[in-house]
Amino acid sequence: MTTLSIRHLWKEYGEQVVLENVNLEVKDNEFITIVGASGCGKTTFLRMLLGEEEPSRGTFLIDGTPLPNEPGPDRGIVFQRYSVFPHLTVLGNVLLGLELAAAPLTGRLFGAQRRAALEQARDMLDSVGLSEAQDKYPHMLSGGMQQRLSIAQSVIKNPKVLLLDEPFAALDPGLSADMHKLILKLWERHKMNIFMITHDLKEGFELGTRLLVFDKVRLDPQAPGRYGATITYDIPLGVTGKKLFDELTTTTQRTERFVDHLAPA
Amino acid sequence: MRRIINLRPSSGSAALLAALPFFLLLIAYLLGSSARLADNPEDKLLPAFSKIGAAIQQYAIDPDPRSGEILLWADTAASLARLAWGLAISAAIGLTFGIVTGIVPYARAGLSPFIAALSLIPPLAILPILFIVFGLGELSKVVLIVIGIAPFLVRDLAQRTAELPAEQIIKAQTLGASSWQLTLRVVLPQLLPRLLDSLRLSLGSAWLFLIAAEAIAAENGLGYRIFLIRRYLAMDVILPYVLWITLIAFAMDYLLRTITRTAFPWYAGAGK
Repeated sequence: MTTLSIRHLWKEYGEQVVLENVNLEVKDNEFITIVGASGCGKTTFLRMLLGEEEPSRGTFLIDGTPLPNEPGPDRGIVFQRYSVFPHLTVLGNVLLGLELAAAPLTGRLFGAQRRAALEQARDMLDSVGLSEAQDKYPHMLSGGMQQRLSIAQSVIKNPKVLLLDEPFAALDPGLSADMHKLILKLWERHKMNIFMITHDLKEGFELGTRLLVFDKVRLDPQAPGRYGATITYDIPLGVTGKKLFDELTTTTQRTERFVDHLAPA
Repeated sequence: MRRIINLRPSSGSAALLAALPFFLLLIAYLLGSSARLADNPEDKLLPAFSKIGAAIQQYAIDPDPRSGEILLWADTAASLARLAWGLAISAAIGLTFGIVTGIVPYARAGLSPFIAALSLIPPLAILPILFIVFGLGELSKVVLIVIGIAPFLVRDLAQRTAELPAEQIIKAQTLGASSWQLTLRVVLPQLLPRLLDSLRLSLGSAWLFLIAAEAIAAENGLGYRIFLIRRYLAMDVILPYVLWITLIAFAMDYLLRTITRTAFPWYAGAGK
Protein backbone atom coordinates (compact mmCIF):
# COMPACT_ATOMS: atom_id res chain seq x y z
CA MET A 1 0.00 0.00 0.00
CA THR A 2 1.72 3.14 -1.22
CA THR A 3 0.46 6.67 -1.57
CA LEU A 4 2.13 9.82 -2.79
CA SER A 5 1.06 13.29 -1.88
CA ILE A 6 2.50 16.38 -3.55
CA ARG A 7 1.34 19.82 -2.41
CA HIS A 8 2.29 23.26 -3.74
CA LEU A 9 5.54 21.95 -5.13
CA TRP A 10 7.93 24.47 -6.71
CA LYS A 11 11.32 23.89 -8.26
CA GLU A 12 13.54 26.82 -9.16
CA TYR A 13 17.13 27.18 -10.26
CA GLY A 14 17.96 30.78 -9.38
CA GLU A 15 15.67 32.93 -11.55
CA GLN A 16 14.56 30.01 -13.66
CA VAL A 17 11.27 28.50 -12.56
CA VAL A 18 10.96 24.90 -13.75
CA LEU A 19 7.90 23.66 -11.90
CA GLU A 20 5.30 25.87 -10.28
CA ASN A 21 2.59 24.90 -7.87
CA VAL A 22 2.30 21.21 -8.69
CA ASN A 23 -0.36 19.34 -6.74
CA LEU A 24 -0.90 15.62 -7.05
CA GLU A 25 -2.41 12.83 -5.00
CA VAL A 26 -1.53 9.29 -6.04
CA LYS A 27 -3.40 6.26 -4.70
CA ASP A 28 -2.06 2.75 -4.40
CA ASN A 29 -1.23 0.75 -7.53
CA GLU A 30 -1.68 3.51 -10.10
CA PHE A 31 0.00 3.47 -13.49
CA ILE A 32 0.69 7.07 -14.39
CA THR A 33 2.00 8.22 -17.73
CA ILE A 34 3.51 11.68 -18.03
CA VAL A 35 3.70 13.59 -21.29
CA GLY A 36 4.71 17.14 -22.13
CA ALA A 37 6.95 19.25 -24.31
CA SER A 38 10.69 19.13 -23.70
CA GLY A 39 11.80 21.59 -21.05
CA CYS A 40 8.54 21.29 -19.14
CA GLY A 41 9.95 19.72 -16.01
CA LYS A 42 9.07 16.07 -16.63
CA THR A 43 12.61 14.95 -15.99
CA THR A 44 13.01 17.32 -13.05
CA PHE A 45 9.86 15.82 -11.56
CA LEU A 46 11.24 12.32 -12.04
CA ARG A 47 14.58 13.29 -10.51
CA MET A 48 12.69 14.58 -7.46
CA LEU A 49 10.85 11.26 -7.19
CA LEU A 50 14.24 9.54 -7.33
CA GLY A 51 15.70 11.79 -4.67
CA GLU A 52 18.27 13.30 -7.05
CA GLU A 53 16.71 16.76 -6.67
CA GLU A 54 14.98 18.41 -3.75
CA PRO A 55 11.92 20.62 -4.07
CA SER A 56 12.54 24.34 -3.64
CA ARG A 57 9.18 24.75 -1.89
CA GLY A 58 6.21 22.57 -1.04
CA THR A 59 5.86 19.06 0.30
CA PHE A 60 6.51 15.74 -1.35
CA LEU A 61 5.30 12.85 0.80
CA ILE A 62 5.51 9.11 0.22
CA ASP A 63 3.26 7.15 2.58
CA GLY A 64 2.93 10.29 4.66
CA THR A 65 6.64 10.89 5.22
CA PRO A 66 8.93 13.23 3.27
CA LEU A 67 10.68 11.63 0.32
CA PRO A 68 14.30 10.65 1.12
CA ASN A 69 16.87 12.97 -0.49
CA GLU A 70 18.78 10.19 -2.22
CA PRO A 71 17.84 7.20 -4.37
CA GLY A 72 16.83 4.07 -2.49
CA PRO A 73 15.49 0.55 -3.03
CA ASP A 74 11.83 1.56 -2.57
CA ARG A 75 11.93 3.48 -5.86
CA GLY A 76 13.21 1.59 -8.91
CA ILE A 77 14.25 3.27 -12.16
CA VAL A 78 14.63 2.30 -15.80
CA PHE A 79 16.38 4.90 -17.93
CA GLN A 80 16.35 5.19 -21.68
CA ARG A 81 19.96 3.90 -21.81
CA TYR A 82 22.91 2.78 -19.68
CA SER A 83 20.88 1.30 -16.87
CA VAL A 84 22.27 -2.23 -16.94
CA PHE A 85 25.76 -3.13 -15.77
CA PRO A 86 28.00 -4.08 -18.69
CA HIS A 87 30.40 -6.15 -16.57
CA LEU A 88 27.73 -8.53 -15.26
CA THR A 89 25.95 -11.26 -17.17
CA VAL A 90 22.19 -11.05 -17.61
CA LEU A 91 21.71 -13.32 -14.61
CA GLY A 92 24.30 -11.38 -12.62
CA ASN A 93 22.49 -8.13 -13.36
CA VAL A 94 19.22 -9.46 -11.92
CA LEU A 95 20.98 -11.16 -9.02
CA LEU A 96 22.77 -7.97 -7.98
CA GLY A 97 19.83 -6.37 -6.16
CA LEU A 98 19.29 -9.52 -4.08
CA GLU A 99 22.99 -9.81 -3.24
CA LEU A 100 23.28 -6.17 -2.18
CA ALA A 101 20.38 -6.52 0.23
CA ALA A 102 21.63 -9.72 1.86
CA ALA A 103 25.40 -9.12 2.01
CA PRO A 104 26.23 -5.59 3.20
CA LEU A 105 29.97 -6.21 3.39
CA THR A 106 30.87 -8.32 0.37
CA GLY A 107 27.86 -7.66 -1.86
CA ARG A 108 27.98 -11.35 -2.81
CA LEU A 109 26.10 -14.47 -1.73
CA PHE A 110 27.46 -17.97 -1.29
CA GLY A 111 26.13 -21.49 -0.79
CA ALA A 112 22.46 -22.07 -0.08
CA GLN A 113 21.65 -18.35 0.07
CA ARG A 114 23.11 -17.91 -3.40
CA ARG A 115 21.17 -20.86 -4.77
CA ALA A 116 17.92 -19.46 -3.41
CA ALA A 117 18.67 -16.03 -4.89
CA LEU A 118 19.64 -17.59 -8.22
CA GLU A 119 16.32 -19.38 -8.37
CA GLN A 120 14.46 -16.15 -7.71
CA ALA A 121 16.54 -14.35 -10.36
CA ARG A 122 15.87 -17.09 -12.93
CA ASP A 123 12.11 -16.87 -12.25
CA MET A 124 12.31 -13.12 -12.82
CA LEU A 125 14.23 -13.58 -16.08
CA ASP A 126 11.65 -16.13 -17.15
CA SER A 127 8.82 -13.67 -16.65
CA VAL A 128 10.52 -11.10 -18.90
CA GLY A 129 11.49 -13.74 -21.47
CA LEU A 130 15.24 -13.56 -21.03
CA SER A 131 15.94 -17.10 -19.75
CA GLU A 132 17.78 -18.08 -22.91
CA ALA A 133 20.16 -15.13 -22.57
CA GLN A 134 21.05 -15.53 -18.91
CA ASP A 135 24.78 -16.07 -19.46
CA LYS A 136 25.26 -13.32 -22.03
CA TYR A 137 26.72 -9.91 -21.36
CA PRO A 138 24.50 -6.89 -22.01
CA HIS A 139 26.44 -5.70 -25.07
CA MET A 140 25.43 -8.94 -26.81
CA LEU A 141 21.73 -8.12 -26.34
CA SER A 142 19.45 -6.01 -28.53
CA GLY A 143 18.18 -2.68 -27.20
CA GLY A 144 14.79 -4.18 -26.36
CA MET A 145 16.34 -7.05 -24.44
CA GLN A 146 18.55 -4.63 -22.50
CA GLN A 147 15.47 -2.66 -21.48
CA ARG A 148 13.66 -5.82 -20.41
CA LEU A 149 16.72 -6.74 -18.37
CA SER A 150 16.76 -3.32 -16.74
CA ILE A 151 13.06 -3.68 -15.87
CA ALA A 152 13.62 -7.17 -14.41
CA GLN A 153 16.56 -5.87 -12.39
CA SER A 154 14.38 -3.22 -10.76
CA VAL A 155 11.20 -5.24 -10.33
CA ILE A 156 12.95 -8.08 -8.46
CA LYS A 157 13.47 -5.59 -5.60
CA ASN A 158 9.67 -5.19 -5.31
CA PRO A 159 9.85 -1.38 -5.27
CA LYS A 160 6.88 0.66 -4.08
CA VAL A 161 7.35 2.94 -7.06
CA LEU A 162 8.81 2.11 -10.46
CA LEU A 163 10.01 5.07 -12.52
CA LEU A 164 10.36 4.71 -16.28
CA ASP A 165 12.18 7.52 -18.09
CA GLU A 166 11.24 7.15 -21.78
CA PRO A 167 12.20 3.49 -21.55
CA PHE A 168 11.09 2.55 -25.05
CA ALA A 169 12.00 5.74 -26.91
CA ALA A 170 15.20 4.28 -28.40
CA LEU A 171 13.54 1.05 -29.55
CA ASP A 172 12.04 0.05 -32.88
CA PRO A 173 8.37 1.08 -32.97
CA GLY A 174 7.36 -2.55 -33.58
CA LEU A 175 8.77 -3.58 -30.23
CA SER A 176 6.67 -1.17 -28.16
CA ALA A 177 3.55 -3.35 -28.20
CA ASP A 178 5.44 -6.29 -26.66
CA MET A 179 7.08 -4.04 -24.10
CA HIS A 180 3.70 -2.53 -23.17
CA LYS A 181 2.24 -5.99 -22.60
CA LEU A 182 5.23 -6.90 -20.43
CA ILE A 183 5.12 -3.81 -18.27
CA LEU A 184 1.35 -4.15 -17.71
CA LYS A 185 1.81 -7.78 -16.69
CA LEU A 186 4.52 -6.88 -14.17
CA TRP A 187 2.48 -3.97 -12.87
CA GLU A 188 -0.47 -6.24 -12.15
CA ARG A 189 1.63 -8.96 -10.57
CA HIS A 190 3.84 -6.81 -8.37
CA LYS A 191 1.33 -4.13 -7.31
CA MET A 192 3.60 -1.13 -7.80
CA ASN A 193 2.96 2.49 -8.57
CA ILE A 194 4.42 3.20 -11.99
CA PHE A 195 5.37 6.62 -13.30
CA MET A 196 6.29 6.55 -16.94
CA ILE A 197 7.59 9.56 -18.85
CA THR A 198 7.03 9.35 -22.55
CA HIS A 199 7.43 11.57 -25.58
CA ASP A 200 4.86 9.58 -27.41
CA LEU A 201 1.36 10.85 -26.66
CA LYS A 202 -0.12 7.72 -28.20
CA GLU A 203 1.84 5.55 -25.78
CA GLY A 204 0.58 7.71 -22.94
CA PHE A 205 -2.99 7.11 -24.08
CA GLU A 206 -2.62 3.36 -24.42
CA LEU A 207 -0.83 2.59 -21.20
CA GLY A 208 -1.73 3.27 -17.63
CA THR A 209 -4.63 4.32 -15.47
CA ARG A 210 -3.96 8.00 -15.52
CA LEU A 211 -2.35 10.54 -17.82
CA LEU A 212 -0.62 13.69 -16.61
CA VAL A 213 0.35 16.51 -18.94
CA PHE A 214 3.11 18.87 -17.87
CA ASP A 215 2.94 22.20 -19.63
CA LYS A 216 3.64 25.89 -19.17
CA VAL A 217 0.44 27.82 -18.56
CA ARG A 218 1.97 31.19 -19.35
CA LEU A 219 4.49 31.78 -22.08
CA ASP A 220 6.29 35.13 -21.77
CA PRO A 221 8.86 35.69 -24.54
CA GLN A 222 10.35 38.59 -22.53
CA ALA A 223 10.98 36.41 -19.48
CA PRO A 224 10.91 32.78 -20.57
CA GLY A 225 12.27 31.52 -17.26
CA ARG A 226 9.78 33.49 -15.20
CA TYR A 227 6.96 30.96 -15.43
CA GLY A 228 7.36 27.24 -14.84
CA ALA A 229 5.35 24.25 -15.91
CA THR A 230 2.64 22.56 -13.94
CA ILE A 231 0.18 19.72 -14.42
CA THR A 232 -2.31 21.07 -16.94
CA TYR A 233 -4.28 17.89 -17.56
CA ASP A 234 -4.95 15.02 -15.16
CA ILE A 235 -6.96 12.47 -17.08
CA PRO A 236 -8.17 9.12 -15.78
CA LEU A 237 -8.12 6.08 -18.05
CA GLY A 238 -11.12 5.64 -20.30
CA VAL A 239 -11.95 9.24 -21.20
CA THR A 240 -9.22 9.43 -23.81
CA GLY A 241 -10.38 10.07 -27.33
CA LYS A 242 -9.49 11.56 -30.66
CA LYS A 243 -10.60 15.06 -29.72
CA LEU A 244 -8.52 15.11 -26.55
CA PHE A 245 -5.55 13.63 -28.39
CA ASP A 246 -5.64 16.47 -30.94
CA GLU A 247 -6.08 19.08 -28.24
CA LEU A 248 -3.07 17.82 -26.28
CA THR A 249 -0.98 17.55 -29.43
CA THR A 250 -1.74 21.19 -30.23
CA THR A 251 -0.96 22.56 -26.79
CA THR A 252 2.28 20.63 -26.27
CA GLN A 253 3.47 21.56 -29.75
CA ARG A 254 2.79 25.20 -29.00
CA THR A 255 5.04 25.02 -25.94
CA GLU A 256 7.64 22.98 -27.79
CA ARG A 257 7.85 25.69 -30.49
CA PHE A 258 8.09 28.37 -27.81
CA VAL A 259 10.98 26.56 -26.10
CA ASP A 260 12.67 25.89 -29.44
CA HIS A 261 12.57 29.54 -30.45
CA LEU A 262 14.25 30.58 -27.24
CA ALA A 263 17.03 28.03 -27.55
CA PRO A 264 20.26 29.89 -28.32
CA ALA A 265 20.81 27.80 -31.48
CA MET B 1 42.30 5.46 -59.48
CA ARG B 2 40.80 5.21 -56.05
CA ARG B 3 41.78 7.60 -53.29
CA ILE B 4 44.83 6.46 -51.36
CA ILE B 5 42.80 6.38 -48.14
CA ASN B 6 40.60 3.67 -49.68
CA LEU B 7 43.42 1.37 -50.79
CA ARG B 8 43.89 -1.45 -48.28
CA PRO B 9 46.69 -4.04 -48.22
CA SER B 10 45.81 -7.74 -48.07
CA SER B 11 46.91 -9.53 -44.90
CA GLY B 12 49.94 -11.01 -46.68
CA SER B 13 51.17 -7.73 -48.07
CA ALA B 14 50.45 -6.03 -44.72
CA ALA B 15 52.84 -8.48 -43.06
CA LEU B 16 55.47 -7.79 -45.72
CA LEU B 17 55.02 -4.04 -45.31
CA ALA B 18 55.37 -4.40 -41.55
CA ALA B 19 58.65 -6.30 -41.95
CA LEU B 20 60.06 -3.87 -44.50
CA PRO B 21 61.27 -1.02 -42.18
CA PHE B 22 62.98 -3.55 -39.90
CA PHE B 23 64.68 -5.11 -42.88
CA LEU B 24 65.78 -1.72 -44.24
CA LEU B 25 67.24 -0.75 -40.85
CA LEU B 26 69.18 -4.02 -40.78
CA ILE B 27 70.56 -3.42 -44.28
CA ALA B 28 71.53 0.15 -43.38
CA TYR B 29 73.33 -1.11 -40.30
CA LEU B 30 75.20 -3.79 -42.23
CA LEU B 31 76.28 -1.32 -44.93
CA GLY B 32 77.34 1.31 -42.40
CA SER B 33 79.13 -1.22 -40.26
CA SER B 34 81.13 -2.79 -43.08
CA ALA B 35 82.05 0.65 -44.49
CA ARG B 36 83.35 1.84 -41.13
CA LEU B 37 85.16 -1.45 -40.42
CA ALA B 38 86.84 -1.27 -43.85
CA ASP B 39 88.22 2.14 -42.85
CA ASN B 40 89.20 1.11 -39.34
CA PRO B 41 89.04 -2.54 -38.18
CA GLU B 42 89.07 -1.32 -34.55
CA ASP B 43 85.92 0.78 -34.99
CA LYS B 44 83.58 0.43 -32.00
CA LEU B 45 80.57 2.43 -33.11
CA LEU B 46 78.93 -0.07 -35.47
CA PRO B 47 80.42 -3.46 -34.55
CA ALA B 48 80.12 -6.44 -36.90
CA PHE B 49 77.48 -9.09 -36.11
CA SER B 50 80.24 -11.55 -35.22
CA LYS B 51 81.45 -9.16 -32.53
CA ILE B 52 77.91 -8.66 -31.22
CA GLY B 53 77.48 -12.45 -31.21
CA ALA B 54 80.59 -12.84 -29.11
CA ALA B 55 79.32 -10.19 -26.67
CA ILE B 56 75.98 -11.98 -26.38
CA GLN B 57 77.86 -15.20 -25.69
CA GLN B 58 79.83 -13.45 -22.96
CA TYR B 59 76.87 -11.71 -21.29
CA ALA B 60 73.92 -14.01 -21.86
CA ILE B 61 75.39 -17.53 -21.89
CA ASP B 62 78.75 -17.73 -20.10
CA PRO B 63 78.83 -16.93 -16.39
CA ASP B 64 80.80 -13.85 -15.37
CA PRO B 65 84.28 -14.98 -14.20
CA ARG B 66 84.19 -12.62 -11.19
CA SER B 67 80.68 -13.12 -9.78
CA GLY B 68 79.81 -16.47 -11.37
CA GLU B 69 76.46 -15.02 -12.51
CA ILE B 70 75.18 -14.79 -16.03
CA LEU B 71 75.10 -11.00 -16.26
CA LEU B 72 72.17 -10.52 -18.63
CA TRP B 73 69.88 -12.70 -16.52
CA ALA B 74 71.01 -11.14 -13.25
CA ASP B 75 70.47 -7.64 -14.70
CA THR B 76 67.08 -8.61 -16.11
CA ALA B 77 65.92 -10.11 -12.82
CA ALA B 78 67.02 -7.04 -10.84
CA SER B 79 65.37 -4.58 -13.27
CA LEU B 80 62.14 -6.53 -13.60
CA ALA B 81 61.82 -6.83 -9.82
CA ARG B 82 62.12 -3.05 -9.47
CA LEU B 83 59.71 -2.48 -12.32
CA ALA B 84 57.17 -4.97 -10.96
CA TRP B 85 57.23 -3.41 -7.50
CA GLY B 86 56.94 0.08 -8.95
CA LEU B 87 54.03 -0.88 -11.21
CA ALA B 88 52.21 -2.86 -8.52
CA ILE B 89 52.44 -0.10 -5.91
CA SER B 90 51.45 2.53 -8.49
CA ALA B 91 48.49 0.43 -9.59
CA ALA B 92 47.29 0.06 -5.98
CA ILE B 93 47.65 3.80 -5.37
CA GLY B 94 46.05 4.64 -8.70
CA LEU B 95 43.06 2.38 -8.12
CA THR B 96 42.46 3.48 -4.53
CA PHE B 97 42.79 7.22 -4.99
CA GLY B 98 41.33 7.15 -8.50
CA ILE B 99 38.12 5.50 -7.33
CA VAL B 100 37.82 7.55 -4.15
CA THR B 101 38.38 10.90 -5.87
CA GLY B 102 36.23 9.78 -8.79
CA ILE B 103 33.21 8.83 -6.72
CA VAL B 104 33.29 10.79 -3.44
CA PRO B 105 32.75 14.52 -4.09
CA TYR B 106 34.39 15.52 -0.79
CA ALA B 107 37.50 13.48 -1.57
CA ARG B 108 37.58 15.01 -5.06
CA ALA B 109 37.34 18.53 -3.64
CA GLY B 110 40.07 17.83 -1.09
CA LEU B 111 42.53 15.75 -3.10
CA SER B 112 42.24 16.48 -6.82
CA PRO B 113 44.06 19.85 -6.84
CA PHE B 114 46.78 18.38 -4.64
CA ILE B 115 47.26 15.38 -6.93
CA ALA B 116 47.24 17.64 -9.98
CA ALA B 117 49.99 19.74 -8.41
CA LEU B 118 52.01 16.63 -7.44
CA SER B 119 51.81 15.27 -10.95
CA LEU B 120 53.49 18.44 -12.28
CA ILE B 121 56.68 17.85 -10.27
CA PRO B 122 59.29 16.46 -12.68
CA PRO B 123 60.18 13.17 -10.96
CA LEU B 124 63.80 13.23 -12.11
CA ALA B 125 64.26 16.64 -10.47
CA ILE B 126 63.58 15.09 -7.09
CA LEU B 127 65.69 11.99 -7.70
CA PRO B 128 68.51 13.43 -5.51
CA ILE B 129 66.00 13.90 -2.71
CA LEU B 130 64.91 10.27 -3.08
CA PHE B 131 68.51 9.09 -2.86
CA ILE B 132 69.05 11.22 0.24
CA VAL B 133 65.82 10.12 1.94
CA PHE B 134 65.58 6.49 0.86
CA GLY B 135 69.27 5.68 0.38
CA LEU B 136 70.90 4.19 -2.67
CA GLY B 137 69.20 0.79 -2.35
CA GLU B 138 66.19 -0.72 -4.08
CA LEU B 139 63.68 1.49 -2.30
CA SER B 140 64.66 4.79 -3.94
CA LYS B 141 64.42 3.21 -7.42
CA VAL B 142 60.95 1.81 -6.77
CA VAL B 143 59.86 5.12 -5.26
CA LEU B 144 61.04 6.99 -8.36
CA ILE B 145 58.87 4.78 -10.58
CA VAL B 146 55.91 5.24 -8.22
CA ILE B 147 56.33 9.02 -8.10
CA GLY B 148 56.72 9.02 -11.85
CA ILE B 149 53.58 7.15 -12.83
CA ALA B 150 51.20 7.00 -9.83
CA PRO B 151 49.86 10.58 -10.24
CA PHE B 152 49.05 9.85 -13.89
CA LEU B 153 47.29 6.62 -12.91
CA VAL B 154 45.29 8.35 -10.16
CA ARG B 155 44.12 11.12 -12.46
CA ASP B 156 43.39 8.78 -15.35
CA LEU B 157 41.39 6.36 -13.21
CA ALA B 158 39.52 9.19 -11.47
CA GLN B 159 38.54 10.34 -14.96
CA ARG B 160 37.45 6.82 -15.96
CA THR B 161 35.40 6.54 -12.75
CA ALA B 162 33.72 9.86 -13.42
CA GLU B 163 32.94 8.69 -16.96
CA LEU B 164 30.84 5.76 -15.78
CA PRO B 165 27.29 6.72 -16.80
CA ALA B 166 25.41 8.52 -14.01
CA GLU B 167 22.46 6.25 -14.85
CA GLN B 168 24.44 3.23 -13.62
CA ILE B 169 25.36 4.88 -10.33
CA ILE B 170 21.73 5.90 -9.69
CA LYS B 171 20.46 2.49 -10.75
CA ALA B 172 22.79 0.77 -8.28
CA GLN B 173 21.47 2.99 -5.49
CA THR B 174 17.89 2.08 -6.37
CA LEU B 175 18.98 -1.55 -6.05
CA GLY B 176 19.98 -0.76 -2.48
CA ALA B 177 23.75 -0.38 -2.90
CA SER B 178 25.64 1.44 -0.14
CA SER B 179 28.64 3.58 -1.14
CA TRP B 180 30.90 0.66 -0.27
CA GLN B 181 28.86 -1.91 -2.21
CA LEU B 182 28.64 0.46 -5.15
CA THR B 183 32.44 0.70 -5.18
CA LEU B 184 32.94 -3.02 -4.75
CA ARG B 185 30.37 -4.37 -7.19
CA VAL B 186 29.88 -1.63 -9.78
CA VAL B 187 32.90 0.68 -9.94
CA LEU B 188 35.90 -1.52 -9.12
CA PRO B 189 35.13 -4.37 -11.54
CA GLN B 190 34.59 -1.89 -14.36
CA LEU B 191 37.84 -0.07 -13.57
CA LEU B 192 40.11 -3.14 -13.57
CA PRO B 193 40.38 -3.41 -17.37
CA ARG B 194 40.77 0.36 -17.56
CA LEU B 195 43.60 0.09 -15.03
CA LEU B 196 45.37 -2.39 -17.32
CA ASP B 197 44.94 0.07 -20.21
CA SER B 198 46.43 2.90 -18.17
CA LEU B 199 49.29 0.68 -16.98
CA ARG B 200 50.07 -0.16 -20.58
CA LEU B 201 50.25 3.53 -21.42
CA SER B 202 52.57 4.22 -18.48
CA LEU B 203 54.98 1.34 -19.20
CA GLY B 204 57.18 3.64 -21.29
CA SER B 205 57.53 6.16 -18.46
CA ALA B 206 58.14 3.37 -15.95
CA TRP B 207 61.08 2.11 -18.01
CA LEU B 208 62.39 5.65 -18.36
CA PHE B 209 62.43 6.20 -14.61
CA LEU B 210 63.86 2.74 -13.94
CA ILE B 211 66.79 3.21 -16.29
CA ALA B 212 67.42 6.74 -15.04
CA ALA B 213 67.59 5.52 -11.44
CA GLU B 214 69.81 2.57 -12.37
CA ALA B 215 72.12 4.76 -14.42
CA ILE B 216 72.84 6.99 -11.46
CA ALA B 217 73.21 4.58 -8.57
CA ALA B 218 72.93 0.80 -8.77
CA GLU B 219 74.99 -2.36 -8.63
CA ASN B 220 73.08 -4.29 -11.26
CA GLY B 221 70.20 -3.92 -13.67
CA LEU B 222 69.78 -3.38 -17.40
CA GLY B 223 70.13 0.40 -17.18
CA TYR B 224 73.15 0.10 -14.89
CA ARG B 225 74.93 -2.22 -17.34
CA ILE B 226 74.35 0.03 -20.34
CA PHE B 227 75.68 3.07 -18.52
CA LEU B 228 78.64 1.09 -17.10
CA ILE B 229 79.93 -0.19 -20.42
CA ARG B 230 79.23 3.14 -22.12
CA ARG B 231 82.66 4.14 -20.74
CA TYR B 232 84.29 1.56 -23.03
CA LEU B 233 82.14 2.52 -26.02
CA ALA B 234 81.06 -1.15 -26.00
CA MET B 235 78.32 -0.86 -28.61
CA ASP B 236 78.52 -4.63 -29.11
CA VAL B 237 76.96 -5.01 -25.62
CA ILE B 238 74.78 -1.88 -25.56
CA LEU B 239 72.91 -2.77 -28.76
CA PRO B 240 71.83 -6.27 -27.63
CA TYR B 241 70.81 -4.83 -24.25
CA VAL B 242 68.64 -2.18 -25.90
CA LEU B 243 67.09 -4.81 -28.16
CA TRP B 244 66.43 -7.01 -25.14
CA ILE B 245 64.74 -4.15 -23.23
CA THR B 246 62.58 -3.41 -26.28
CA LEU B 247 61.61 -7.06 -26.50
CA ILE B 248 60.65 -7.18 -22.80
CA ALA B 249 58.61 -3.98 -23.14
CA PHE B 250 56.81 -5.44 -26.15
CA ALA B 251 56.12 -8.69 -24.27
CA MET B 252 54.70 -6.79 -21.28
CA ASP B 253 52.44 -4.74 -23.52
CA TYR B 254 51.25 -7.89 -25.27
CA LEU B 255 50.67 -9.67 -21.98
CA LEU B 256 48.60 -6.80 -20.54
CA ARG B 257 46.53 -6.63 -23.71
CA THR B 258 45.90 -10.38 -23.64
CA ILE B 259 44.87 -10.29 -19.99
CA THR B 260 42.49 -7.40 -20.69
CA ARG B 261 40.88 -9.32 -23.51
CA THR B 262 40.55 -12.72 -21.85
CA ALA B 263 39.83 -11.76 -18.24
CA PHE B 264 37.24 -9.08 -19.13
CA PRO B 265 35.31 -10.42 -22.10
CA TRP B 266 32.61 -7.78 -21.59
CA TYR B 267 35.04 -4.87 -21.88
CA ALA B 268 35.48 -4.67 -25.66
CA GLY B 269 31.73 -4.25 -26.20
CA ALA B 270 30.98 -2.24 -23.08
CA GLY B 271 30.89 1.07 -24.93
CA LYS B 272 27.74 0.09 -26.79
